[in-house]
Amino acid sequence: MTGELNTLFAIIMSVVFVNNFVVARFLGLCPFLGVSQKTESALGMGMAVTFVMTLASAVTWFLYNYVLLPGESNLLGLMLPGVKETGTVDVLKTISYILVIATLVQFVETVMKKTSPALYESLGIYLPLITTNCAVLGVALLGTTNAPQHLNLLEASVQGFGAGIGFLIAMLLMSGIRERLALLNVPQSFRGVPIAFVCTALMALAFMGFSGMVSW
Amino acid sequence: MSNAQEKVLLVTTSPHIRGPEDIPRVMWTVVGALAPAGLVGVYLFGYYALFIVILSVLAAVLTEAVIQKYLLGQPVSVKDGSAVITGILLAYILPPGVPWYIPIVGAIFAIAIVKHAFGGLGNNIWNPALAARAFLQVAYPAPINSDWRVLKQGGIFSNITGVDSITQASPLFKEFGGKTYNYTDLLTGNVPGCIGETSAIALILGGLYLIYRGYVDWRVPAGYIATVFILAKFLPAKIEAPWANDPIYHVLAGGLMLGAFFMATDMVTSPLTKKGLLVFGIGCGVLTTLIRFYAAYPEGVCYSILLMNTATPIIDRYTQPRLLGQGKK
Repeated sequence: MTGELNTLFAIIMSVVFVNNFVVARFLGLCPFLGVSQKTESALGMGMAVTFVMTLASAVTWFLYNYVLLPGESNLLGLMLPGVKETGTVDVLKTISYILVIATLVQFVETVMKKTSPALYESLGIYLPLITTNCAVLGVALLGTTNAPQHLNLLEASVQGFGAGIGFLIAMLLMSGIRERLALLNVPQSFRGVPIAFVCTALMALAFMGFSGMVSW
Repeated sequence: MSNAQEKVLLVTTSPHIRGPEDIPRVMWTVVGALAPAGLVGVYLFGYYALFIVILSVLAAVLTEAVIQKYLLGQPVSVKDGSAVITGILLAYILPPGVPWYIPIVGAIFAIAIVKHAFGGLGNNIWNPALAARAFLQVAYPAPINSDWRVLKQGGIFSNITGVDSITQASPLFKEFGGKTYNYTDLLTGNVPGCIGETSAIALILGGLYLIYRGYVDWRVPAGYIATVFILAKFLPAKIEAPWANDPIYHVLAGGLMLGAFFMATDMVTSPLTKKGLLVFGIGCGVLTTLIRFYAAYPEGVCYSILLMNTATPIIDRYTQPRLLGQGKK
């Protein structure tokens, strides 16, 4: 039990700080730069991404273990015996993930609109925006791989959640910086996106301090 | 600043008292406060250390002048001393035996990208010298990390890059086989390390003078050093060295004094509110200890201050003091 908790803690520390999806892996830069002008919208975006990443990690985990991996548990193998030996990891992984994530998000959005209008309002436009976010696909791909080790469902979901929190923290920091940038005397040619990229680079330099903190 | 803004700022009720404080005075005082640590460094590491400091300062000042004159078309403001401070600070956090081009590349990065891309003095988000150090760490890992040299015999005429010197483990070397230095050596600076960080006593004196003059808020160094002291005592360390949980060693060794008194306290890149300054100092302390204890790098001062610089706008946002008459939230 303690070992399992330690693993989960290591996963969270790893994806939040050491391998932060934005500033260490450079995934999800479009929402990171596009929606970080105001802290409120950055928080909304961060929460929406956290939500989707957690769900996507869990769902793609099932997909990976019961449809893509070769073996007895492969559901496709019931109908097509050949799949049991080969699996469908090579041909289906990326495309099925994109399809599943996009469907999932649209589905969640529809359900949420009916059952929880308040949450739907607060996430707003960001939810449909992130269906094809590379950070979401990235966390799904990283959660369902056998190298360095095969994650179980809980670990994959926690990794998705932690990656979302890491994204949220990066968004929050960046939005604070960009609100200040709006007041600064930035040279004409650097205003807007260029200085935001410079900021991202310097943030990434600062986050390098965490490297090696957890071996995950 | 435009004329309209100036007029707005000037309309106050009399009497008006003109203070003697202006940017050059503050900056040159800081340069003076930094001088003792540099003198110790030059005495310990020989004339080459002085050469590195001069190169770094020259590169910083020249870069600033060229950018202001030819790229931005502004009046050149190198006389205010801020580029000089960036140059000195950058040299102080470089190992004494680095190749000559390292301080030049670093100073150009610091001034051109970290300072002037953001709009120059007073506009930068990160401390230029520290960001340049982090940049050099990535760009030139070998010369920055490998060689911690000390002179066989003290004296400024010895050459640190040549036969007069030997390589020695730095005080914060984490793996087995490091060397533990005693408190006296750490205080006076008789240890391997970066040019300006070795002598704790010279840095404390300079820092206290700045606090006395009111240029530095005591909350940052106090919060920083106290946090490192407490955490170093009680946090379980993943270091095999005998000083792992020795709080005094952690406070005296490495760049902590230089960072706490001269870099974390940078007026531009630290929070504006008093509560924010305390949060900033404590945050630096927590991150420094975490990096020293668990991360790959031996020293965490540079990265912890950069990370807290990143968080400064958010800290300012959430620590704004309550206005008089305004209710609690």
